[in-house]
Amino acid sequence: MTAARPFEFVECLELREMLGRTAWDERELLAGIEDVPAGSIAYHTRSYFLRSRYLAAPYPNDFATWAAIQIRDRVLGERLTVVDPFDFSDIEQLRAELVTIIDHHLTTVQTVPRADYGEPFHFMRSVLIEVPTGISVTTLRAFRDGLERVDTSAIYYHFYESHRRPEADPLAWLQTELGRDDVVTQMRRLNPYVTSLAGMRAQLLTACDTALGDAP
Amino acid sequence: MRMPDGQAAGQRVADRPVRLDDYRAVVPASTLDLLRRLADRVRGRSLVHINSTRVGGGVAELLQRYVPLLEELGVTTRWDVVRGTEEFFRVTKSFHNALQGQSQSFTDAMLRTYLETNQENARRLNLDADVVLIHDPQPAALIASANPKADGTRRGRWVWRCHIDASRPQRRAWTFLQQFVTQYDAAIFSLPKFAQRLPIPQYLIYPSIDPLSEKNRDLTPEEISATLQRLGVPQDKPILLQVSRFDHFKDPLGVITAYRLLKKHDDCRLVLAGGSAEDDPEGAQVLAEVLTARNDDPDIHVLVLPPTAHREINALQRAATVIIQKSTREGFGLTVAEGMWKGKPVIGGFAGGITVQIIWGVTGYTVNSAEGCAFRIRRLLHNPDEAAQMGRNAREYVREQFLITRDLAEHLALMVTLLR
Repeated sequence: MTAARPFEFVECLELREMLGRTAWDERELLAGIEDVPAGSIAYHTRSYFLRSRYLAAPYPNDFATWAAIQIRDRVLGERLTVVDPFDFSDIEQLRAELVTIIDHHLTTVQTVPRADYGEPFHFMRSVLIEVPTGISVTTLRAFRDGLERVDTSAIYYHFYESHRRPEADPLAWLQTELGRDDVVTQMRRLNPYVTSLAGMRAQLLTACDTALGDAP
Repeated sequence: MRMPDGQAAGQRVADRPVRLDDYRAVVPASTLDLLRRLADRVRGRSLVHINSTRVGGGVAELLQRYVPLLEELGVTTRWDVVRGTEEFFRVTKSFHNALQGQSQSFTDAMLRTYLETNQENARRLNLDADVVLIHDPQPAALIASANPKADGTRRGRWVWRCHIDASRPQRRAWTFLQQFVTQYDAAIFSLPKFAQRLPIPQYLIYPSIDPLSEKNRDLTPEEISATLQRLGVPQDKPILLQVSRFDHFKDPLGVITAYRLLKKHDDCRLVLAGGSAEDDPEGAQVLAEVLTARNDDPDIHVLVLPPTAHREINALQRAATVIIQKSTREGFGLTVAEGMWKGKPVIGGFAGGITVQIIWGVTGYTVNSAEGCAFRIRRLLHNPDEAAQMGRNAREYVREQFLITRDLAEHLALMVTLLR
């Protein structure tokens, strides 16, 4: 089957901006999370994956990493790792969940853990620069080959940030243009939170290969 | 995605300027394609870099590579330097030190010299470009004298790139400089902790290493062996290496303590390789302390190398089993990325940019004491598979985060952002 509307792969690059706000202890981290622009929450959670393309660090978001490594509060670090940013369609809901966890954690400690020996937390955000690849596909086979060819930033752009532009959502395209509900169902089962971009690409390729009858 | 590693790519390009395609040997083709397509968005736009010297120092080294690559990408790029008297450069050296936290005093005459030299350079230099990138404090005041258009605005977008550790600047020096920095459209710092309270956007761009340079290109086993032989370092037992100038903040004495703790259990050599200390009284003193601490141990090699000893550093890093950078205070510490690029696990002090280069337990370990350093080295020596995996992770992480190709891409992204 050939799609009437082609799917165009877009890669991306992140330009990181420092907000000039820091937190030295968990109470300041909480206040920062409450106040900073939504883009900063997204930067420290979702777009962590764009900065760790091949390797997964021990904690998959910046807040958890800071709590565990710089504050040496492994309990809060672990509690924050449970928050899967891809469970939240609205960044404000994600912010509220983070605030709830840290606020509750602070009621369980006698003194507020502080980065006495570590680095403070620096709140950041980023501008995502879109870079069209010129790869335009109309079949599942070509889509699969495109997935294999593109920079991993395209995996991030299309599968982690698809809410940015409806036409950039590959699952919607596969469903409406190619009618491949089977592929879409398989891809929906994949969880971006527990893998790297390279790992995600491998799983997406497997889903395509299975549908194309190419699976080993 | 793991890439086939280029075979002695630096040798291949040594007799001509490096071209973007040369990097295909060390970065994924998709990275270079992305760079080219990103550059298409600013093709034909102009960029001028201004710094204080064409030779010597990390910024000049960087620009020597940047400028031809940017030109190849279609960005009209110029590079010029400010001229000044010895007095001007003495003043700017004081600024440099003050921004790094050293106590310096500034007289009105010094500030006048700085301002007048910048005014003269603003008249002399062609600063007409879409983006004007000013490096470090020396030319920072150019913006105050750059010719504005009739309506008072400037044609280009001005960016101040601070390469130095300005996390704890001397207040008076920063306050003086700040009056100019706030006139820029944006600033770039190398680490979040170097950022300042400024009313302009502050972007984070990590510094980078060039995988095709003499210090980082692949070497054959014969080249490595010959170089180590020349340096008098036998390869008969595991080599622990720290490359850094002889400075208390690099903690060479702490490294010797860690080595001695380790040596009780495991046979190994320690190599401390650093720059000449002839014009650095403090460095000479630290070197003397290191030589005393060495106590004629034949397995401790203290190498004082000239600044041009790039191949020697490269060979030592490739011959090492574990690389150490046990700094107690550090700027960005690119020697860590250099070591990681050689596929070695790195044990670094918990300081400055070391903490963003080492992913604990994945690409190496950060430590806070000589004891911690000794323990981590011992563990790696006894678990060679784990050490090898960490080394592979380290190289991939550098490929992803700390190569010149990523640095170029982020500068292009900045141009796209500023010019849209």
